[in-house]
Amino acid sequence: MTINGAAYIVGAFEHPTRFAPDKSHAQLHAEVAVGAIRDAGLQKSDIDGYFCSGDAPGGLQSLLNYLNLSVRHVDATDIGGVSPIVQVAHAAQAIAMGKCNVALITLAGRPKADDVRTGTTPRIRHAAAPDVQWEYPFAIPTAASYALAAQRHMYEFGTTSEQLAWIKVAASHHARHNPDAVLRNLVTVDDVVNSPMVADPLHRLDCCIISDGGGAVIVARPEIARSLNRPLVRIMGGAETTKHQDGGRIDLTCTGAMRTGPLAFAEAGVSHRDIKYVSLYDSFTITVLMQLEDLGFCPKGKGGAFVADGNLISGVGRLPFNTDGGGLCNNHPANRGGITKIIEAVRQLRGEAHPAVQVPDCDIALAHGTGGQLATRHGSGTLILGRE
Amino acid sequence: MQSRPIAPPTPDAESTAFWDAARQGHFLLRHCNACATTHWFPRTICPFCWSSDTAWINGSGRGTVYSWTVMRRARIPYAVAYVELAEGPRMITNIVDCDLDDLRIGMAVELTFIATTDPLAPPVPMFRPAASDSPE
Repeated sequence: MTINGAAYIVGAFEHPTRFAPDKSHAQLHAEVAVGAIRDAGLQKSDIDGYFCSGDAPGGLQSLLNYLNLSVRHVDATDIGGVSPIVQVAHAAQAIAMGKCNVALITLAGRPKADDVRTGTTPRIRHAAAPDVQWEYPFAIPTAASYALAAQRHMYEFGTTSEQLAWIKVAASHHARHNPDAVLRNLVTVDDVVNSPMVADPLHRLDCCIISDGGGAVIVARPEIARSLNRPLVRIMGGAETTKHQDGGRIDLTCTGAMRTGPLAFAEAGVSHRDIKYVSLYDSFTITVLMQLEDLGFCPKGKGGAFVADGNLISGVGRLPFNTDGGGLCNNHPANRGGITKIIEAVRQLRGEAHPAVQVPDCDIALAHGTGGQLATRHGSGTLILGRE
Repeated sequence: MQSRPIAPPTPDAESTAFWDAARQGHFLLRHCNACATTHWFPRTICPFCWSSDTAWINGSGRGTVYSWTVMRRARIPYAVAYVELAEGPRMITNIVDCDLDDLRIGMAVELTFIATTDPLAPPVPMFRPAASDSPE
């Protein structure tokens, strides 16, 4: 039994705001829910499954109360910003098992309005978490965590800052065409490597932006999807895992994508050359590079050469990525990039991306995310989608 | 060099012995007698084989830098690192008492306990360049 064909993404909506001091956190969740259900052509009363994650203020019950939804299936999986990618697969599983018909997944937040220095301030998730006493005194902000992985990757494979910079350059090429993007200016490799160092070897322009807003998607069973007047985006395969310190045997040069990639490809029954577009989690440039290697788009250690010279730029390179500008330039709402990765993949498959970045004949796309902290604990999720 | 204020650890029932030893200047590691491995961070149940036949051993306090970064965007820049202990496990920590521009993967380091902002709390295990690893 697989989820391939069990469900379809029928609605997708990205909130246009990037700075929302005038809106409440819960309001943003409601606005993206309304946007997605309208996009699908469905009604609030059709929703019988609800999915949210760690960004939900007060948790799932508070949001269900606020949204006034009555559902028969819930899922509050939280493995970091990747969670919505994993939850699309969970929704397909629930639909396949008859547990719901129409699933709503929301992600939203307002760290910008709240002036949260997300990437450069150490955060405690839960005081009784078993790792806190062994990490918090050492002050490991998100940027430092990803920097540790980047440093080791450079040491083992000779990856350079210039190669990492190409990832930001490619994202900036795409963001030029997105009127909602926070950073719409074209940047060069020199701009990236000459920007201030945040945590060696990651520069300021190796880091994603902080933004308010969010997004939502609707997943529905095939009969419902076919009754709607929208292009059909089929869920073909999905996989999830988490990677951690392994009792002290941690390998900083790889991510959970090494495990989720093969599983998702097998379920979807496709291979790398079938993938026309990729949405890749881009909390930092190194995140993209390691995911590309671990998903198998290039050999381990060759990610630097793979991303260089515009290979990720739509219309230029072999593997267009994050054509909305990604978290590096467009949007990283609630410090979580999962939902926007799904939404741009849906736009590409529907042929609704900006014409300047639309991939021709985009029939199969992959969305992959890495949530949490690369150097300590992270979640990974892969989703393969196809147009019918 | 000015050092940043260091948050105190929060010992729990499982780690009291480690932090009590730290107050005495001893660096303990947890070893599993069933599978003959040493892990980090210390746990009562071995994370590899789930045996409860684990015990404290004295760590050598010696290691090498597995990876490092300098958190530059901070009021006082500081070095975060994974140190690969001589006993095997890699632990996340800080490197102190060194020129932040001299850090490199593979450099030999040794344990040093550093006081936190709470005078009643135990000191935390950090590392400094090993005495024998003097800069060129």
